[in-house]
Amino acid sequence: MADVPAETRTKPYGGEVLPPPTVRVGPLRWLRENLFSSWWNSALTVGALALLYVVGKGVLTWAVTEANWAVIPASLKLLLVGFYPEEELGRVWAVLYGTVVLLGLSAGLWGGLLREAAVLLGAGVGVLLGGLLLAGWGERGLLGGLLLLLLGGAVVGGWLRARAPVLLLRWGKRVVGGGWLLLPIGAVLLLRGVPGGELWAEVPVARWGGLLLTFSLAVVSIVLCFPLGVLLALGRQSSLPVIRWTCIVYIEIVRGVPLVTVLFMASLMLPLFLPSGWEINKVLRAIAAFTLFTAAYVAENVRGGLQSVPKGQIEAAQALGLGPVLTTLLVVLPQALRAVIPANVGQFIALFKDTSLVFIVPLLDFLGIALDVLENPKWGGPAREMLLFVALVYWFFTYFMSHMSRKLERALGVGER
Amino acid sequence: MRGFLRRAHERFLRPLLRSLAGVFAPLLKALRNVRVLRALVQGVFLTLLGLLVYWLYTNYRENTEDLRFGYDFFSTTAGFTLSEGIPHDRTDPNWKLFLAGVVNTLRVIGVGIVLASLLGLIAGVARLSRNWLIQRIATVYVETIRNTPLLVQLFFWYTATFLQLPPVRQAVELPGAIFLSQRGLVLPRPYLTEGASLWGTFLWIGLVLGIFVYLARRVHLKRVDRPGAPGLWGFGVLALFAVAGWVAAPVPPVAWEVAELGRFNFRGGMQLSPEFAALLLGLVVYTGAFIAEIVRGGILAVSKGQREAALALGLTGYQTLRRVILPQALRVIVPPVTSQYLNLAKNSSLAVAIGYPDLFNVANTIINKTGREVEMILVIMASYLSLSLLTSLFMNWYNRRIRLVER
Repeated sequence: MADVPAETRTKPYGGEVLPPPTVRVGPLRWLRENLFSSWWNSALTVGALALLYVVGKGVLTWAVTEANWAVIPASLKLLLVGFYPEEELGRVWAVLYGTVVLLGLSAGLWGGLLREAAVLLGAGVGVLLGGLLLAGWGERGLLGGLLLLLLGGAVVGGWLRARAPVLLLRWGKRVVGGGWLLLPIGAVLLLRGVPGGELWAEVPVARWGGLLLTFSLAVVSIVLCFPLGVLLALGRQSSLPVIRWTCIVYIEIVRGVPLVTVLFMASLMLPLFLPSGWEINKVLRAIAAFTLFTAAYVAENVRGGLQSVPKGQIEAAQALGLGPVLTTLLVVLPQALRAVIPANVGQFIALFKDTSLVFIVPLLDFLGIALDVLENPKWGGPAREMLLFVALVYWFFTYFMSHMSRKLERALGVGER
Repeated sequence: MRGFLRRAHERFLRPLLRSLAGVFAPLLKALRNVRVLRALVQGVFLTLLGLLVYWLYTNYRENTEDLRFGYDFFSTTAGFTLSEGIPHDRTDPNWKLFLAGVVNTLRVIGVGIVLASLLGLIAGVARLSRNWLIQRIATVYVETIRNTPLLVQLFFWYTATFLQLPPVRQAVELPGAIFLSQRGLVLPRPYLTEGASLWGTFLWIGLVLGIFVYLARRVHLKRVDRPGAPGLWGFGVLALFAVAGWVAAPVPPVAWEVAELGRFNFRGGMQLSPEFAALLLGLVVYTGAFIAEIVRGGILAVSKGQREAALALGLTGYQTLRRVILPQALRVIVPPVTSQYLNLAKNSSLAVAIGYPDLFNVANTIINKTGREVEMILVIMASYLSLSLLTSLFMNWYNRRIRLVER
């Protein structure tokens, strides 16, 4: 009914169908309707206002008079990159610049959600770091360059989309897409360097820390756990009992135990179960744990998607002469994976939050290094300020991701077709 | 020469090839048989898996030459104590300390699930409130808590809140004889007086009569085929007797023991350590936010027409909620809430970060003392698996009870 144009609707009394009148609500009426509609609502409003006043006043007084915010700018380098050598920081910037150029180009090329993501991320990072905390002009310049590149990329991408010939546009999209695929690998290679390299000295992962480590753990684990999760889901749906039961046992055991146990196992038991010559550093152990853990959850999400593919699709594929492998690859998986994008994004958000559990290993990720800074007697333990800042940064990225995921869900129209 | 080759070919090679084909053809044919192929694939998979396990096992044996796998360390003296838990001392065996850790975990999970459900219910309803301010506050709560790591919140409650409270001597006193200090939360503790035995007798009689009344009402309602609340009748009888017994007792049967400030710490009362309080608060606030979203979704999932139809049939507001909205909303709510309870149980293992002696923390200490990683990890995993299993069994039972009985 909704997509029937107004002109063709039946007109009950011969006249035009007018849109419903728009009601302009004045502020007083709004207040009465939304805050004081009944005595119970009024009591709630007054109570909530009193509570907000007390809490807000307390927090504001504390934040302005007592809080020692100086600890955050002073330890910002530690918080962001940990013990990454000062003279090699250019590489981190290079990775950031690469990401930003890609994001800008994609925003221009595809528009839509990607553009919104670019705008949000640019604004957020700009406000979070440039305005509030960075004292040095050098960093401000670099950050400004970041925003400029984002804008430049967007302009170039937008020009390609609007003006460039089709062939150039197609190749532009391919190059940018390939860039996104290569970015994680390239970033890890660049940040880690080559052992014994002159120009590109090795920075052992043991020296990575802070937000850099948090992001590295999250990105690498996400990239690795997804294919494993899909394989496990397929295995669980398999008609071969041995494979099905192996996958079921694996998935159910992993989902039944806390992530802390899996991390603990990876950090303590991995060395015990591998040949004594093999050296596995802590970061890799943590990544192994995150990957193995999240894969089980991804598998359950994907299983939901697999079950949502109508049986007729499979029968049609078989009728067309596709074998089981091709049916899965070309018919079932594309539909199943599309249906479970939102659920998996939720899983990846959880993984991003859960990277903070690496204190078990132990590694100094963003939270770990923040707690480490608090140990320094110089600051006298400004725990609240530091933890609030840490929470704010996590919140920014997580809220950003869940916001984009909700938009994506709507754009994909999952559950509506 | 050519003749010789042809003869050789006909005499030897062709029969040879033919016999070979005779051997292999059935094999090749068998490979095209689905049943054989399935068996083969599974066999290969099983062999590879077995090889992997064997390889890991040999590595383990090599790496731990002098250590033998076994649980004999469970009965040796632990040599350490926990900051809280069921009574124990240093000379107790390891298993007893581990048990104390398990009890501590259960304590947090049990209280946590109840409080988180309450908070989630309130926040979920508040998110749908028609009061703009309340709805905004609930939204901010849910969006802030859900989007920050639980560990950060735990540290915030522990390091930045409980440990920053004033020392014991300047404890903050809240109404109702509740004290807040660095040492945690101190509440009044209920205890039984001499009047309790008489009251207990009344309670027993009330319980028996209550069950009887409940059953009688139920049978009656079934016979006349009318809806009603037999449980309320039973509880009513029980409550009546409880009140009567309370009045009849010479002294009030239950009194509150209020904590007193001793020289170093509080004496008496119910004392909750800062670790327990912080862990409980963190888990409740975190899980409550997730449950709130589920409750909201469940209520929104009941279509508006259902409510309107119920009201049109003449049901009162309460009846509509109790008989129409809630039964339908609960069906949507219970399965995801179950997984939130499981998450709460699993997240309680983060206690190790703030030093609450839960089962994971105690197991960790035992590993450090005895060096039996593999054995203890297996015990930890078995404990959490059985916890998860018990919770989901119970919730599945509940889910079966409330689900829609389809035609």
